[in-house]
Amino acid sequence: MKAYHTFDHTADLGLAITGASVEELFSNAAMAVFDLITDLARVEPREIRHIVVEGESPEDLLINFLREVLYLYNGERWLMKEIRMSRFGDAALEAEARGEPLDPQKHEICKEIKAVTYHQAEVHRTPEGWTARVIFDV
Amino acid sequence: MSDVKLRRLDEYRWEVPMEGAMRVPGIIYASERLMKAMGQDESPKQVANVAQLPGIVKCSLAMPDMHWGYGFPIGGVAAFELDGGVVSPGGVGYDINCGCRLMMTNLSHGEVRPKLEKIVNTLFHHVPSGVGSKGSLKLPRSEEKKVLAEGARWAVKNGYGSAGDLDSMEDGGCLPGADPEAVSERALERGKDQVGTLGSGNHFLEVEIVEEIFDRDAASALGIEEGQVAVMVHSGSRGLGHQVCDDYLAKLVKLVDRLGIALPDRQLACAYIRSPEGQQYLSAMACAANYAWANRQMLMHWTGEALERALGLSPRELGMRLVYDVCHNIAKIEEHVVDGKKMTLCVHRKGATRAFPPGHPALPAKFRRTGQPVLIPGDMGTGSYVLVGTEKAMEETFGSTCHGAGRVLSRAAAIKASKGRAIRREMEDRGVLVMAAAKGTLAEEIPEAYKDIDEVVNVVHGAGLSRKVARLKAIGCIKG
Repeated sequence: MKAYHTFDHTADLGLAITGASVEELFSNAAMAVFDLITDLARVEPREIRHIVVEGESPEDLLINFLREVLYLYNGERWLMKEIRMSRFGDAALEAEARGEPLDPQKHEICKEIKAVTYHQAEVHRTPEGWTARVIFDV
Repeated sequence: MSDVKLRRLDEYRWEVPMEGAMRVPGIIYASERLMKAMGQDESPKQVANVAQLPGIVKCSLAMPDMHWGYGFPIGGVAAFELDGGVVSPGGVGYDINCGCRLMMTNLSHGEVRPKLEKIVNTLFHHVPSGVGSKGSLKLPRSEEKKVLAEGARWAVKNGYGSAGDLDSMEDGGCLPGADPEAVSERALERGKDQVGTLGSGNHFLEVEIVEEIFDRDAASALGIEEGQVAVMVHSGSRGLGHQVCDDYLAKLVKLVDRLGIALPDRQLACAYIRSPEGQQYLSAMACAANYAWANRQMLMHWTGEALERALGLSPRELGMRLVYDVCHNIAKIEEHVVDGKKMTLCVHRKGATRAFPPGHPALPAKFRRTGQPVLIPGDMGTGSYVLVGTEKAMEETFGSTCHGAGRVLSRAAAIKASKGRAIRREMEDRGVLVMAAAKGTLAEEIPEAYKDIDEVVNVVHGAGLSRKVARLKAIGCIKG
């Protein structure tokens, strides 16, 4: 089963993500973003990018994290293949992303995701693990 | 489904009565049918949320093309006092100075119809469009900062269009107060190679025919004749504007926590207009707005080149001229009269268009008699309206009107509805030749995904917020 599904928002794109732990939830959210942007099977983990973010609540931390993840694509034209949390706390995290620069000959851009919004963002613990909902500007 | 109670005031207005933390009531302009559809989503609640912001004046407004956004509704208008009022990046939106421009040509429908395929093809290849599209220009930082400071003037100075074009843009294509130092390195990086690109999503370049004239005097004053070929461009500030919005949202979310401003939605994060943070956002927003004007000025230039090439015409024979350029995602400092008192306000228009009346001092001489031209694009391949601003808009909506058809189906629902259909072919059957850079765009942008543009425009016309001048029909469309 996929660790995320999209939900409807009139002009934009909603993502509902799950994870067994909060670290996994965050990793799954980052991977969901790139799964929507491109065909991950064609991306190779050739380079490393480090992500360091802070946040005042789980929602804030998730949004700040996704903001950095999205900048890899929107700012650096770089595609992520995998991500590993190297440090994860209540108010900060560090992660190591692997991927490669976008090559229009090799990669297809399926969906443009332009920004992550605070609108109705949620992070919850459930009996089965963790869930989050985030709306993106597309 | 929205749980907001609405009270009908008259044929076109619905009130969101003051409740809870609302500082002013909300007013939504809509017909009964449009209101029914709006009541299905959360946009009326968003009108109520905006009414809670500090320093809001008179009422939180929404136009008939309103739909669910994040923070502000799309189609929202709100004005704030400079003292004690706020500016909100979410009230402007990510695509700062997203807007439209309309150009007329000397060509007639009969001349272009047989060569339409060549025209659309040439436009598609000559004007950069699509996901992450890069322009032919890569600007060094020093030059990019000039774009941010000077807007369309920079483009004119560099050979795109002529100085006369500047009169046919809101604010002459350059918002004052733009300080490139307020723009982050990240935003500059995203903007370095996107000036002069259409982008993706709902942005487009459309070849249109003037189909119907409603107001002969105004149309002729604006140089619009029945049967004439026109081009409409819809684009904004690209990645640079998004980054500016995102940077300041992150900053202001922290600030509102520190200041203890209670917000019903964090996407409404804001700063007091008079504060250093508020001023800094306004400076950065002006930079992004200027980038968008330079962008549309260059898109116009290349559109002209493409048409000349496709038809083998000289610039003089083509005779392309700018009718007007509007922005529909912006915050501006303007003078308005509220309860008989003259006030300087910060007017947010998020998916709404300025519609200043005849005689307004902000208009150049050539529009003093007609009022400000207002450009309203419809859904893909339908066409557009040209309206003019009115005194009633000044009285009721801080000189504002609608901005487009407004989405009614989510993108996912539109894709579902278009499954198994040949959208390009369907559009051809309607007499519109469409080319899109991305596969998914056509499905997401099917006409049913939007409200009926005629109905939206009839509401603003009927309510007196603007007056119909002409309706244009699309015949060719480039989608990003």
